[in-house]
Amino acid sequence: MIEKTYDVVIIGSGAGGGTVAQELAPLVDDGLKVLVVEQGPRIADDECTGVEMDMAPALYQDDGGFLTADGTMTLAFGRVFGGSTFVYTGTSMQPPARVIRKWDVPGLDHSDLDARAKKFAAQNNVHLLSDDLLNDNNKLFALGASRAGYVAEQFPINVRGCTGTSLCNLGCHNGAKQGTHRVQLPNAERGGVEVVTRAEALRIDTRSVDVRVSEKTNGKGAPSEWEAGEYRLHAKTIVLAAGAIGTPALLLRSSLTWMPWRVGEGFTCHPAHILAAEHPHAITNDVGHPKSFFVDRAEDEGFVLETCMYFPFTTAKNLAGFGEPHSTLMRAFPRLQMILVLACDKAVPENRVTVDRDGKPRVHYRFTPETIESLVRATRASARIFFAAGATRVHAPSADPPLLEASDADAIDERIDARHFRPGKISVSAAHLMGGCGMGRFPGDSVTDSRGIVHGKPWLRVADASLFPDSLEINPYLTIMALADRVAEGIRTDIGAMTC
Amino acid sequence: MTVVPEAAGLDVAGWDEFDRVVENGLASRPPSIRRQLRFLVRLLDVLPLLRYGRTFRALDAESRTRFLRAIQDAPLLLLRRGFWGLRTLVFMGYYGRASAAAEIGYRADLRGWAPGPSEVEGAR
Repeated sequence: MIEKTYDVVIIGSGAGGGTVAQELAPLVDDGLKVLVVEQGPRIADDECTGVEMDMAPALYQDDGGFLTADGTMTLAFGRVFGGSTFVYTGTSMQPPARVIRKWDVPGLDHSDLDARAKKFAAQNNVHLLSDDLLNDNNKLFALGASRAGYVAEQFPINVRGCTGTSLCNLGCHNGAKQGTHRVQLPNAERGGVEVVTRAEALRIDTRSVDVRVSEKTNGKGAPSEWEAGEYRLHAKTIVLAAGAIGTPALLLRSSLTWMPWRVGEGFTCHPAHILAAEHPHAITNDVGHPKSFFVDRAEDEGFVLETCMYFPFTTAKNLAGFGEPHSTLMRAFPRLQMILVLACDKAVPENRVTVDRDGKPRVHYRFTPETIESLVRATRASARIFFAAGATRVHAPSADPPLLEASDADAIDERIDARHFRPGKISVSAAHLMGGCGMGRFPGDSVTDSRGIVHGKPWLRVADASLFPDSLEINPYLTIMALADRVAEGIRTDIGAMTC
Repeated sequence: MTVVPEAAGLDVAGWDEFDRVVENGLASRPPSIRRQLRFLVRLLDVLPLLRYGRTFRALDAESRTRFLRAIQDAPLLLLRRGFWGLRTLVFMGYYGRASAAAEIGYRADLRGWAPGPSEVEGAR
């Protein structure tokens, strides 16, 4: 085993890890040694081919289809330099005041988070796309929402020179998306922070982490910066930013004494359905930025609707059923409008991350009646929006049969019903993975304090979405960056007093 | 063919590509998944004996569809989940082929999009 010593080792290079790396970089000139450990490879822009079957294995854990323990939901999260910021659509929302207040974490103030998020929004060129860059799929959503009595708001997104390939979830071929791989990590590296890719954190011990670096065997991405092999990295501070599955799993498979017993608890993920509707004529849907509008009904009805557009296999997988009705809808692809419905699920004790005998993460997730009702309400609202926008036929997974004709528009509430939501039959997926190392007051109710310090372990901090004590009820990226900024600030304050 | 009727039109090269896509999709999965899939396929072939007195392979198209719908709605989560996984693989094999995107009119392109006039009015 090769041993190396740093002041700070950051595990994970997504929204959290990339942010901490950038914010610590100015201290490198003062002699601070900082390392980022990333499990995935560095993928160059021109390696992003836009081909679904080509990119999903290169960018996502389990090709984007990580299954929950009972196999009823798939979770999508990036395993690449930049983490999930490499593969998301760039939507950048400010932390919602209502939710942060409800979290009730002592020392965590919404105005502080909001200011930090604004700093990163400015750095990442977050803005609203101009009207002429909105495609029909997005415009129809806004139009239908307005006619159906909903308020559609435009998503701020973090792009620079977007050419509208619509392929955001397969990596941005044009380098337009301002994820951590493009902004914060390059800033960190220019400042002297070291990054090692293809490096899996196996376990942590007091002020050390064991890492396995793998050779590039085939496929996409650059080789690791280090020789393949096993490493033990010593550090004054270890920052866990491996995401809401990776971070709790790493803690659970490590043999640390006196760990807070709530590690892994409180997992939430905004479970989502992809809905599609058929229009009588072709629309621009699979060209242009895919996600420009949303309807926020989180506070009143427990759901958020977003525009979306997916690739052929992903679409096929997410449509309910099979055979001729399914094929008919697939053949209508150029006429399809799509909406992603997300339930604002709540942290419950049984939804949690554990590890199996081999230390691999397992996510236990049960759809609570409240979550199912949220998805059903969201589906009904989407059906109204689709029909109001002129769709002739709506595909709703929680209807049986799942296709609603325009003549069914007055019977939406009866046709779309919780009794048709059958786990294992319909596709549910999630990409906003949160919780597992929630912030709170003390070890009895949480894993970390409001600055991400693990209770009883001043050398160990968390800086990713696993900090969320409950679901955020909106896209989490900027909130993760704001929380990570607080973690970095804490390290800058404390680093002088730390010993390795 | 019951899951994707258009698959009936695939030629040898098309089936080869179908197989390759599925093989690649399974490559990173643990060996236990392949074992479970093999078992499920065998089970789905013989289960119709109980109701129709014939194996799945011997059923006509209508009975196959009826049988798979019953499996899709089975009270047992294990069966529903298993069929969901199997249909996902079939969709992967069919719609994961390069030519399938063109066949359904999928237009996303690395060269990007040049917006023209839209027929959708009053969106804002």
